[in-house]
Amino acid sequence: MSSDLLTVTDLKKHFIVGHRGIVAREPITVKAVDGISFEVREGETFGLVGESGSGKSTVAYTVVGMYQPTAGDIAFRGESMYGRGRKRRSDLRKEIQIVFQDPGSSLNPRRTIKDIVGFPLRLYGSNVDLQTRILDLLQMVELPAEYMHKYPQMLGGGEKQMVAIARALATSPSFVILDEPTSALDVSIQAKIINLLLRLQREFRLSYLFITHDLSLMRNVASRVAIMYLGRICEVAEAAEFFRNPYHPYTQMLLSSIPVVSDEEEELKPKKITSRGEIPSPVNIPNGCSFHPRCSQCGDTCSGDDPVMVEVEPGHLVRCHMFS
Amino acid sequence: MENDLLLNIRDLRVNFDVFGGTLKVLDGVDFAVGSGEKVGLVGETGCGKTTTMKAVLRVLPMPPARVMGGEILFKGRDILQMTSRELGQVRGEGMAMIFQDPTAALNPVFTIGQQLDAAVKYSAAGDKRLSGKEIRQRAVEALKEVALPDPERLLKNYPFQLSGGMRQRVCIAMAVAGDRELIIADEPGTSLDVSIQDQILRLLRGLTDKLNTSIVLITHTLGVVRELADRVYVMYAGNMVEVAPTKELFSRPLHPYTVGLMAAVPKLTGGGIADGIPGRIPDYLNPPVGCRFHPRCERAMEQCRAEKPQFIEVSEEHQVACFLYSQEEEEIQRA
Repeated sequence: MSSDLLTVTDLKKHFIVGHRGIVAREPITVKAVDGISFEVREGETFGLVGESGSGKSTVAYTVVGMYQPTAGDIAFRGESMYGRGRKRRSDLRKEIQIVFQDPGSSLNPRRTIKDIVGFPLRLYGSNVDLQTRILDLLQMVELPAEYMHKYPQMLGGGEKQMVAIARALATSPSFVILDEPTSALDVSIQAKIINLLLRLQREFRLSYLFITHDLSLMRNVASRVAIMYLGRICEVAEAAEFFRNPYHPYTQMLLSSIPVVSDEEEELKPKKITSRGEIPSPVNIPNGCSFHPRCSQCGDTCSGDDPVMVEVEPGHLVRCHMFS
Repeated sequence: MENDLLLNIRDLRVNFDVFGGTLKVLDGVDFAVGSGEKVGLVGETGCGKTTTMKAVLRVLPMPPARVMGGEILFKGRDILQMTSRELGQVRGEGMAMIFQDPTAALNPVFTIGQQLDAAVKYSAAGDKRLSGKEIRQRAVEALKEVALPDPERLLKNYPFQLSGGMRQRVCIAMAVAGDRELIIADEPGTSLDVSIQDQILRLLRGLTDKLNTSIVLITHTLGVVRELADRVYVMYAGNMVEVAPTKELFSRPLHPYTVGLMAAVPKLTGGGIADGIPGRIPDYLNPPVGCRFHPRCERAMEQCRAEKPQFIEVSEEHQVACFLYSQEEEEIQRA
């Protein structure tokens, strides 16, 4: 059993989006992430799935340090990332990097590829020769050296994403967050990027937090999968187990909705459940189990009490009243 | 067979005049939809799927677009030769399009009711004049048809007050409201979550079955096509490369492009992903001579660089535009 690289404990991130009332000024909060715990082991790919609005990107941004958590703790290699006064330790910036969803907007259009990839190197003052290191990085992501002097808009979507990956790897991190890295790309390019990411992971022993809404993709990249709904985790399991034995009705609903390309895959989809309803606004989270208005197996307790996480099988956790 | 076709595109060629030259986008597209048939059209981004369907509705901006040749027959009449009056009639009564992004497709400054009324009004303009009340009634029915709750209240709402899934349902309601014969759905679920996409696809399938409407489903997701279509066209760089009944295409893909696409799709069964297809869609300014796929094709031959392959019938209703199979055919004939 490998050790935990990143441990997230009861993480909460609430946003105040406005105020109610004139005198009392009661804040309206969006509970984007509302108490989630998980751990990422050394060298593994931990997958986080969910529909849009489930809070998966907020988790990514909080872990990478773009947001200050409202409550809870994030520990890296067993040590809390937040020191005295809840200030985030700056020495971890090199260790944790992120690749964003849309490479079109995450690369500065007025900088060359050389500037973009070289920026983290200059920031973190490594003593290496900038030019050689940039060439190395481009080679790592299989881009030709002459791309150094190009601008992002001269590149295709897949190539831009490779530049973003090279930039993330510039500081030799041990942990990379991939926030829907291929959802803006075609399948043939997605395949190339994913295989590149998996090769880099083996080569540099990287740990990934992989965020996507595509469950079929998740099946092929993640070692463990967690599913999020309205800021909470519903189910966590090893990838193979997660797809063979989904317990939570939400997981079953998502799995049954996936369009697949072969009969063997069709066999894996839960049959009886059809998707209904939409994810509600995170301002008005339903009482009790937040999934109950859309759940096909909703019981009496579901609208009243919030279920707690239970370990149904070793390593397979479900947050649903049917199992508690 | 020929006469049953609702839509028949023959050898359509469309160029775009841009600064620096001419983009030869559609290079002889053949495409047919039978009455009541559900047809899928798949291909990567930028391969001409939407351009083809926009040409059918004649909503391509001209210039820069220029139709260089071919014909688009809708119930036997060439859309390209129609006067604007005839065209208005075809668009109103004959076909409707559902766009990828429902937010952009709906006008933000009009209520759902106003927009839906217009869709109903012009669909019925040809044969009978409906009163405002009748129009409103049909609008309400259309919203019920697409399983939207509380239609009367919804009609007074503006698009921004609805969620993405609801907006797409409104767009579908606009398309089905006028009993049209052909619905062109351009990536109807792509901008939505899988669970909502599933609902939208089931809705489209249910409605088209019930009304016996033909549908053309444009998508880059192979799985979506498998769920909905009877027959699938695969498009690459402005050419149709393969067409087959859905079941046949998924069990026996023939064109190297189709094979590559299928392999690149992540499977629920796991086992990793194949490496995809090397390279990217060609530059339409100087498209490759011969088969447009040859620079990315692992099995490219001399012939592929010189000649453009034509559709060959490999089995009933399964056609493929690739020289690999013309050779086989010849060998069989020789034997």
